Amino acid sequence: MSQSISSSKIKSALAPNISISRQNSESSNSLGNFIQETLALTKRLFIQLQRRPSTLVAGVIQPFMWLILFGALFSKAPANLFGNDLSYAKFLAPGLIVFAAFSGALNAGLPVMFDREFGFLNRLLVAPLSSRYSIVAASTIYIIALSFIQTAVIVLASAILGAGLPGIVGISAIALIVFLIVLGVTALSLGLAFALPGHIELIAVIFVTNLPLLFASTALAPLSFMAGWLQVIASLNPLTYAIEPIRYIYGHGDWAINSIVMNTPWFGFSFGAVILVLLAFDALVLLAIQPLLRRRFA
Amino acid sequence: MAAAVLIKNLQKSYGDVQAVKDISFTVEPGEIFGLLGPNGAGKTTTIRCLCTLAKPDQGKIEVGGISAIASPKAVRQRLGYVAQEVAIDKVLTGRELLKLQAALYHLPKSMIGDRIEQLIEVLGLQEYADKKTGTYSGGIRKRLDLAAGLLHQPEVLVLDEPTVGLDIESRMVVWQFLQELRAAGTTVLITSHYLQEIDALADRLAIIDRGVVIAEGTPSELKDKLGGDRVTLRIREFTSEEEADQAKHILESLPFVEEVIINSVQGNSLNLIVKSGQSSLSKIEQSLAEVELPTFSLAQSRPSLDDVYLAATGRTIMDAELAAASTRDLKKEQKQQMK
Ligand SMILES: Nc1ncnc2c1ncn2[C@@H]1O[C@H](COP(=O)(O)OP(=O)(O)OP(=O)(O)O)[C@@H](O)[C@H]1O
Ligand SMILES: [Mg+2]
Repeated sequence: MSQSISSSKIKSALAPNISISRQNSESSNSLGNFIQETLALTKRLFIQLQRRPSTLVAGVIQPFMWLILFGALFSKAPANLFGNDLSYAKFLAPGLIVFAAFSGALNAGLPVMFDREFGFLNRLLVAPLSSRYSIVAASTIYIIALSFIQTAVIVLASAILGAGLPGIVGISAIALIVFLIVLGVTALSLGLAFALPGHIELIAVIFVTNLPLLFASTALAPLSFMAGWLQVIASLNPLTYAIEPIRYIYGHGDWAINSIVMNTPWFGFSFGAVILVLLAFDALVLLAIQPLLRRRFA
Repeated sequence: MAAAVLIKNLQKSYGDVQAVKDISFTVEPGEIFGLLGPNGAGKTTTIRCLCTLAKPDQGKIEVGGISAIASPKAVRQRLGYVAQEVAIDKVLTGRELLKLQAALYHLPKSMIGDRIEQLIEVLGLQEYADKKTGTYSGGIRKRLDLAAGLLHQPEVLVLDEPTVGLDIESRMVVWQFLQELRAAGTTVLITSHYLQEIDALADRLAIIDRGVVIAEGTPSELKDKLGGDRVTLRIREFTSEEEADQAKHILESLPFVEEVIINSVQGNSLNLIVKSGQSSLSKIEQSLAEVELPTFSLAQSRPSLDDVYLAATGRTIMDAELAAASTRDLKKEQKQQMK
């Protein structure tokens, strides 16, 4: 009967081995353990992606369609409407880079929520993880990697559509900004995945945040086009702080840390100041989700 | 030597439902210990507290002398847990799941490959290991889950209703496997609402009902404590109430009969408790024949674990299951579980 279990070698394979538990509870190598478990959890997410690539494909196609559709929408706009010498494609590319990264990051909590609902999370929670933050770390690494892929595709596609290509320093700065916005939003989404009762609620939150935050930012139109109240909201929206510096990089070959890259109704922000704002946003979110995670990870 | 598992005065409520009211039992190293109880008795809640998935409201939980509440990480390392619902990632292959599991338990990298190979072989998963788990049958999924639970060679393997929903063949495979596990020195804690399973497997057991332990001991201790043998009598295939009453009267006057109950659900058959060791059947048949009552069927047996449960609660496990099934709100529970 091929269904039955072979009884040779069984003794040695099934006997308890106290040395494994001793070794682990006494080992001081908790950083090594943290890295081991984080890498394994990250690998699982990438295997899933490889076998079910539809989220990545959709994540790349969607901004691409925005690019073409919005480009066509404004193709007859008066010259110089979006600033000196700025084609709409060039104007739009930074908005879409940030928006695509933002949407991807906002969805980061969904797989975790499904793991909760299907009981897979229990498998992780009964394991002697060196820290349960490895679950959060793995999702974050995964989402950041996806965002970089998306960003690369949009940068290339926009270049083909006439937006130009920033230099190597510019690209690195864009990567840094994408990293910062994705980090904060991913953390937020993961916090919600542990706090909300189920995936229906999480999807509802994603749904009501996603597009409004897009329209209440400078992704599609500059501040000067907006009603006064929307200008205020857009100037408080973290997405704007990611979009404007990237747009500046696209528009100016000669930018520097102290270039004023963004003007709000109140003050102008230099490149350095914008980065600080994004760092503050990340710090704020990471602090805010602590109680949500601790409740479950205690 | 410290008990493999010690649970003392455990209490756990979900909202206003007291899932576990007062549960205490001790599992000795190297034995198979059964936790028997009908649906909703509190088995899963007890196990969730033991495996550090739920925080008890009150009580003591120790694994090998280590408190699950004070040192959850050390306890997690010592336990293997096979959940009631197998949770596997359908997209992964069996081997990939085992690799993930090995990393979560921090097996030394040099050991992982061999260890996984060993368990795949021991559990007969060779032809499935590299297929996606989404394609597995229930029995194979359970075996993969067993392999995952044993990968880190835990001192105690905890299984929550491991054979529910399995076909008979897969069930036998699991039973046989657990016996080999015990022979190799691993302590096994298994829950079930299936009394034949516990009777066949467990060295010792606790019967729980509505969140309370109602009996603890070896299967034969518990049965012997009840005393007497059980006799089931059918006068006709479907007996009338009058005839059943008449027979009851006659049988109650026999010196070796201790109790007679008419089971109206089973066509007014009669359940008797008689002094054990005597050949009561011929005397019963004879005294019925004297008043010209026929005998359709008649059987004598030692008490079963169901009789232990019946004596303590006044209902059979089957009745309790039916009652529980009609009052549970599974959706709501799942929501609660996730909290
Ligand atoms: N998460 C929950 N939220 C609310 N009530 C719960 C929850 N879990 C269990 N209960 C209730 O607690 C009681 C014990 O449930 P538990 O799941 O521990 O029983 P069980 O013995 O494992 O049953 P089964 O054989 O059906 O698995 C039941 O009455 C159940 O309705
Ligand atoms: Mg259960």
